[in-house]
Amino acid sequence: MSTFKEDSAYAMPHVGLSNETIDGDIATLNLGPTHPATHGIFQNILQVDGEKILSSEQTVGYIHRAFEKLAERRPYNQITPITDRLNYCSSPINNMGWHMTVEKLIGADIPKRVQYMRVIVMELARIADHLICNSVIGVDTGALTGFTYVFQEREKIYELYEEICGARLTTNVGRIGGFERDFSPEFHRKLDDFLKTFPKVFNEFNSLLARNRIFMDRTRGAGPISAERALNYGFVGPNLRAAGVDYDVRVMNPYSSYEDFDFTIPVGVNGDTYDRFMVRQEEIRQSLKIIEQAWKNLPEGSYKADIPEFYLPPKEEVYNNMEALIYHFKIVMGETPIPVGEVYHSVEGGNGELGYYLISDGGRSPYRLQFRRPCFIYYQAYPEMIIGQTISDAVLTLSSMNVIAGELDA
Amino acid sequence: MENKLTNEGVAERIQTQFGAAVVAVEMPYDMLTMEVAADQMHAIIEWLKSDAELQIGFLTLLGGVHYPNDKGREFAMVYHLHSLTNNFRIRLKAFLPAENPSIATLTDIYDGANWMERETYDFFGIQFDGHPNLVRILNEDTMDYFPMRKEYHLEDATREDKDDRYFGR
Repeated sequence: MSTFKEDSAYAMPHVGLSNETIDGDIATLNLGPTHPATHGIFQNILQVDGEKILSSEQTVGYIHRAFEKLAERRPYNQITPITDRLNYCSSPINNMGWHMTVEKLIGADIPKRVQYMRVIVMELARIADHLICNSVIGVDTGALTGFTYVFQEREKIYELYEEICGARLTTNVGRIGGFERDFSPEFHRKLDDFLKTFPKVFNEFNSLLARNRIFMDRTRGAGPISAERALNYGFVGPNLRAAGVDYDVRVMNPYSSYEDFDFTIPVGVNGDTYDRFMVRQEEIRQSLKIIEQAWKNLPEGSYKADIPEFYLPPKEEVYNNMEALIYHFKIVMGETPIPVGEVYHSVEGGNGELGYYLISDGGRSPYRLQFRRPCFIYYQAYPEMIIGQTISDAVLTLSSMNVIAGELDA
Repeated sequence: MENKLTNEGVAERIQTQFGAAVVAVEMPYDMLTMEVAADQMHAIIEWLKSDAELQIGFLTLLGGVHYPNDKGREFAMVYHLHSLTNNFRIRLKAFLPAENPSIATLTDIYDGANWMERETYDFFGIQFDGHPNLVRILNEDTMDYFPMRKEYHLEDATREDKDDRYFGR
């Protein structure tokens, strides 16, 4: 016991644990596939010398569900539920990204109100996503309190989803061209309630961890990556920003009227677990700011675009109106003509640039649809980030990278 | 954000540098799309990254597309690159024949290309010359076909109750 404190190498566990300081044989340790600390199903075969990691070999694909193949058989509106299951911590962003991709392909003109409504829903999703990630970092350092505390708030966000679309986790929210209905008065009441209570809860959560000595000692220097390496690995989102690169799709290629809002992009310095945590914390604050602006300035107008050939008409019209009946039939049977072409659209998902590369041959379903899944691309860097670190740091690094198995494996 | 690069300007610079390698230039939905010779793809991507003016140094996405009816050009490799400094996106394409679908790996330029190429190999069977570890990634190792190729239908081909002709395709 006492040797731990006296050993100078252990006083700063993340710095300079050289090979010579540790004696003993090299062991192989399987972290995963099912392990409480991986928060998902993926395996890491670690070679460890005592606590120190010498190498890591990753296995992914445990929940591969062939989304890209499935998408080649489905009409465009039926692909939305597939996107739910990518990053299931922030499904609405995936849904909206897909709708916007199709709208870009067909050249739809989207009303300002729809764009603002989307921004509100997407930023709520970002808050829910980051809340889970950050509170789980707390759990992995041994602090369960914050996790159980903010889950109450996440529940409120899920109730807001419910109010919009009826679903909670796999939301399938919105339609190509807008929403299925306008925000209800109950939604506005609940959003008002959320905006009033959340900042207080969030600040308490923040004060539990952000300047907590134990938490800082555990997370600073854990799993660092430099900006240059991060870019080379194709990092995006909070993980890239934590390394000091201010790339955010919302600012770089604004979609859905993000250019109308005033918000800042937080960046870190060291690209370690603490910076990733802090960047996400600040992004939650900025998301709140965006929601407040979008909600206060919510434009009047329709909650859907005027694209009858893609947007399902209300059921009562289908039964009483010839035109609506024809559109309904054509949409359901996949008879709507779709432009031939290829389009790439990306949104800032919970984990960064979530892209959709869509090739249409004019048929009822895409000829090819490829998702740019940020997790899949940046999780490759994991061995490089944890080699030389301890096993407990590897667990922290994994949770702070927010690797979501659904997005990783498609 | 200010964007000082134009589609036309970049296309012209690539054409000046790699004249014969450029097969076609398009701009669908305002995104510069260039078809280039497969054997020059690696050189072009490397040059785009190192060029002081363009600085197109971020690999957004790479992947395959299967066109079984296009004789001699059955597979397409599509690369999406992004210049974060200039906020400029470009799409590069190369077509590969079915007999020998292979192209040089990008892993020596971008570490992020590693898994994306493995995934493309896994699903399309495209070979990446020089890849350090070209094995399946999402599918199981014993699989003996490449599932994203168009000849593998999603549903059981013996079923008669789901005729594509009745569904607009």
